[in-house]
Amino acid sequence: MSSRDSILGHIRQNKPEATALPAVTTFASNFDNTEDKFREMLGAIYTEVIVVKNREELAQKAEELYKGIVNRATTIPALSAWADFSLNVSDPHELETVEIAILEAEFGVAENGAVWISDKYLPHRALPFITQNLAFVIPRNALVDNMHEAYVRLQDTLGWGCFIAGPSKTADIEQSLVIGAHGARSMVVFLLEGE
Amino acid sequence: MSKTVMEHADASEVFNRDEPYVNWHDETLWFVRQKRDKSSKQLPEWEELREAASGIKHYVLSHLDELLISFEQKAKENGVQVHWAANAAEHNEIVLGLLKRHKIDKMVKSKSMLTEECHMNEFLQKNGIEVIDTDLGERIVQLRNEPPSHIVLPAIHLKKKDIGDLFHEHLGTDAGATDPQYLTEAARQHLRDKFLTRRAALTGVNFAIAETGGFVVSTNEGNADMGAHLADIHIACMGFEKIIPKQEHLGVFLRLLARSATGQPITTYSSHFKKPREGQEMHIVIVDNGRSTQLGRKDFRNSLKCIRCGACMNTCPVYRRSGGHSYHNAVAGPIGSILAPNLDMTKNADLPFASTLCGSCSNVCPVKIDIHDQLYKWRQVLAKEGYVPKSKEIGIRAMSTVLAAPRFYQWSGRLGRTVMRAMPFMVNNGLNPWYKQRDMPEPPKESFRDWYVRNRKN
Repeated sequence: MSSRDSILGHIRQNKPEATALPAVTTFASNFDNTEDKFREMLGAIYTEVIVVKNREELAQKAEELYKGIVNRATTIPALSAWADFSLNVSDPHELETVEIAILEAEFGVAENGAVWISDKYLPHRALPFITQNLAFVIPRNALVDNMHEAYVRLQDTLGWGCFIAGPSKTADIEQSLVIGAHGARSMVVFLLEGE
Repeated sequence: MSKTVMEHADASEVFNRDEPYVNWHDETLWFVRQKRDKSSKQLPEWEELREAASGIKHYVLSHLDELLISFEQKAKENGVQVHWAANAAEHNEIVLGLLKRHKIDKMVKSKSMLTEECHMNEFLQKNGIEVIDTDLGERIVQLRNEPPSHIVLPAIHLKKKDIGDLFHEHLGTDAGATDPQYLTEAARQHLRDKFLTRRAALTGVNFAIAETGGFVVSTNEGNADMGAHLADIHIACMGFEKIIPKQEHLGVFLRLLARSATGQPITTYSSHFKKPREGQEMHIVIVDNGRSTQLGRKDFRNSLKCIRCGACMNTCPVYRRSGGHSYHNAVAGPIGSILAPNLDMTKNADLPFASTLCGSCSNVCPVKIDIHDQLYKWRQVLAKEGYVPKSKEIGIRAMSTVLAAPRFYQWSGRLGRTVMRAMPFMVNNGLNPWYKQRDMPEPPKESFRDWYVRNRKN
């Protein structure tokens, strides 16, 4: 007998009597102001939230914030003039030198500051992790209160997707928080108005 | 398996020799526990969330076969290859086989307690494979040739000076440097090179979703993603209890996991893997290794609900003052002590006794496992089956004789108090285990019973 069948056989023999799924598995958060909560949660994890009126203002802010940095990459056509690093590479290892990536993402979650990004928005899965600094651009109205709402919105996770909340961090040395473990050393979230 | 080198009580004694160090360890973990409290109190629905999580997990235990089959089918449809391992040895062989097939002899690994449980690193090393642990804490303990002492905080037992010395030796950091920022940066550079040059990445699995065939891996550092997205082959290893029915249930579990673990509202990265990227191979290894036996133990099956947050360790007065290594098991602390006897009763018979049964573990558990009840029940099972050491058995038998005879009990109490008053050296010495790390209390002049009898007369 294969291990698969023997494992499943043991499980069938030993599993408890069937119980039903709980009736309630989702909860509402009802924040007074979803955006304020989102901003507050991201502030606590060293992430700035910047509202921009349109893509021109986004380009302008990007210019100001990342002045003097080379190897700038983006997935946003309106920033193509700002970028100097082409994402048109075949091997993700070539992204090793990216200093800042400004990426379009889908939506944010107020209760924890997480932003959802997936294959749909990325030419390379490695990009949000390998870049030294990271910024997301999401529509200002694309915020949900909590994770239950997030999964309602997330009907399909495609091939791969990730909730990212703030820059990479660790506290493995005497519980001292250090920002920039393996992934991004800094994070900015742009909320884009009027889309 | 060989008998352990040191039992929990003996290992704790060694751990307790350095009092300031133990106090520091105790306070550090208590601080994490407090962060959990603060974070959980932000959610008015916290208790309902725990209830929901426990209920979903109970459904999982009672439908495990169906859920696993559904998961396998969906994963295959997604282009993921699924393997089944009945035990640790088979798991290790599967991983080795995959690496050999690709002629790979170097691999990066993110946190996986399952591979610790299977002693995979040692096995692969013996077979010529280099495994680099990429979680900072895990890399630290790996360089020290130690296992993690905590499932979430692998190097929580170390001071920054220990790590500074270690990195000076292995990574060439400045002698005497202990700044966490500086040391972390050195590790970042060291590990970035590994991520960029390794063709295989192994990750654990936090949740596997039966409905979609996908799985979620949570990290703060981003090491699981750095490894997986750069490697030609991604191997994800999971104990079969990691399965959950639906994607929407992630809402419940991801809200509980990080808040319970470190007090964060969510980990930095919650990565949802479903299909391999173009040109990549993705494998899932589903492991039993005693879990189906535990499923059949009515009193202990709830331990399989565990989502590995570590909250029970941070709150445990025994764990905080004895350290993770004293549990000599991949998973330490209260939850480890109810999982370990299932794996090996001879080797782990001491662990259910490493508890005061105070119940704090059960109170913080996000999936409401009755941990302290199970610790108590394991003691009965172990005693009945003859796994309890003679010394403990004699003590318990003497105790039960005394407690079963009220007059004898009263007489021994009086005798004890007299002896403590007249000859304190009889109890204040190294032969008395209660005297270790503490002073014996002043003996009262009379027992409560004597007081009560006397006062009731008035």
